[in-house]
Amino acid sequence: MTKTAERPSAQRAAVPPRTRPAPRPDGRWRRTLTDQLHAYAFLLGGLLCFALFSWYPAVRAVVIAFQKYTPGSPPQWAGTANFTRVLHDPEFTAAWRNTLTFTALALLLGFAVPFLLALVLNELRHARAFFRVAVYLPVMIPPVVSALLWKWFYDPGAGLANEALRAVHLPTSNWSNGADTALISLVIVATWANMGGTVLIYLAALQSIPGELYEAAELDGANLLQRVRHVTVPQTRFVILMLMLLQIIATMQVFTEPFVITGGGPENATVTVLYLIYKYAFLYNDFGGACALSVMLLVLLGVFSAGYLRLTRSEGDA
Amino acid sequence: MRTLVSPATLARPRGRIVYWTVFTATVLLFALAFLFPVYWMVTGAMKSPDEVARTPPTLVPHHWHTGGYTDAWDLMRLPAHLWNTVVQAAGAWLCQIVFCTAAAYALSRLRPAFGKFVLGGILATLMVPAQALVVPKYLTVADLPLLHTSLLNDPLAIWLPAVANAFNLYLLKRFFDQLPRDVLEAAEIDGAGRTRVLWSVVLPMSRPVLGVVSIFALVAVWQDFLWPLMVFSDTDRQPISVALVQLSQNIPLTVLIAAMVMASVPMVALFLVFQRHIVAGISAGSTKG
Repeated sequence: MTKTAERPSAQRAAVPPRTRPAPRPDGRWRRTLTDQLHAYAFLLGGLLCFALFSWYPAVRAVVIAFQKYTPGSPPQWAGTANFTRVLHDPEFTAAWRNTLTFTALALLLGFAVPFLLALVLNELRHARAFFRVAVYLPVMIPPVVSALLWKWFYDPGAGLANEALRAVHLPTSNWSNGADTALISLVIVATWANMGGTVLIYLAALQSIPGELYEAAELDGANLLQRVRHVTVPQTRFVILMLMLLQIIATMQVFTEPFVITGGGPENATVTVLYLIYKYAFLYNDFGGACALSVMLLVLLGVFSAGYLRLTRSEGDA
Repeated sequence: MRTLVSPATLARPRGRIVYWTVFTATVLLFALAFLFPVYWMVTGAMKSPDEVARTPPTLVPHHWHTGGYTDAWDLMRLPAHLWNTVVQAAGAWLCQIVFCTAAAYALSRLRPAFGKFVLGGILATLMVPAQALVVPKYLTVADLPLLHTSLLNDPLAIWLPAVANAFNLYLLKRFFDQLPRDVLEAAEIDGAGRTRVLWSVVLPMSRPVLGVVSIFALVAVWQDFLWPLMVFSDTDRQPISVALVQLSQNIPLTVLIAAMVMASVPMVALFLVFQRHIVAGISAGSTKG
């Protein structure tokens, strides 16, 4: 492209009456080349890391999903054998059921609670800094520590959770040790540990609602709940949807809580998809099966991620 | 500012009573839900092994033991694991700052050929949730293509993948895009090269975004569990998060709790020092992604 651009000037230089000396025909070309070399020198480190640790593994997940792969020996093509093997694993159904239930419960609990908290916090005019710091504190505690902390709370012996129930004369629960209650116990941990971010983002959205809208609604005779329904929710619809999608994407990849608190038990009640991927790779040494599972998770999460990106992009344009 | 409840309602005696009731209830709820567990953890570590297992539990330790903390420090070899975590977090931070900044600067200012294509490829990784790719990423780290070396049990296995962070890179690029053109051009006219412009003009002007990216980078490494669990099978190399879980089975409860407290201190301290910036950053909607 650059060469064709140079040619007219070279022809012009050949015409005698021109006074200015001809520019060196390859000068500009050389300059763009050094510019490009410099640009790529700056890009190189980042680009290599993306290639090695993002792009290549993504392609490789799909390839290995169709291979019999054991580290150390050459991979063999296996067709869809990995997928059929994984699909017939009884843990497969349990893992997907648990992950989807976990996501749904986390959406109910982990969304309703921060939503209500943010609504209340926005009305309070005192001790604002305290509320913000307190709600975000659990987010800064390492997830492993919060998981171990709640494991201790759920302890059937001296656990705080049962002590609290006894204090108010309620029947005690098995919490994370009971097959029925294990999953919801983990949802409580995840909600406690992560809701700080949701509260703060939602609070920021609430503060951007123009006050006149509430005034107008009040003049029209709308009571408190009607104002929430017809002003607050529609005004923050975009943030609500965005936070929901982010929450779905995050909770579908839950691993730390079941791994640390329940070890997937009791009776596979808390095995999640990511946990199963981990088990296939590091317990069964079956990397083909692990990658087949990863691809399934990837496709499902990709749909949600695409929705999230579309949403943020369309908002950015507006 | 006018919110859901009008100032007029709040000014009435009944409104004031309701407001202060709700306020007190919320303070109590927050203290109970978010501060009390932390208090329970810090004091639990100072109880004697008998007292911590007692039902009903004691609210305040009868005797304040520091034995849990000193035992955790020595028995669980916390200094070594904390140091591993610091090395991993600091290296990941440095690599991100150097490589992500350079790449973002190139994409924003140097107009590389196929720049749009490269940026598209980087942004596409935002659609691929990181955790879903850990197994092929592990296989890559265990046997790097072409070089055929393994980074397992090496902090490089944390540092280099940390650079492939599309969110931070995009944050930097967007910030660089908005820097005033004339300042950069003036520097170029004065004869500054690209590296000089980046070092002496762009970076000093980008302090806010560099702060945000630094905090994200440090917190991400400190909080991560699955990836270091896969990569560090060598106990001596494990960061605190992995070591805690590995050792939690066969260690007295008070010692474990003390170790948990000490593992949390650096991040909580970071939060309390920078809480204003962190809360403001999250409120701007830029944390998650």
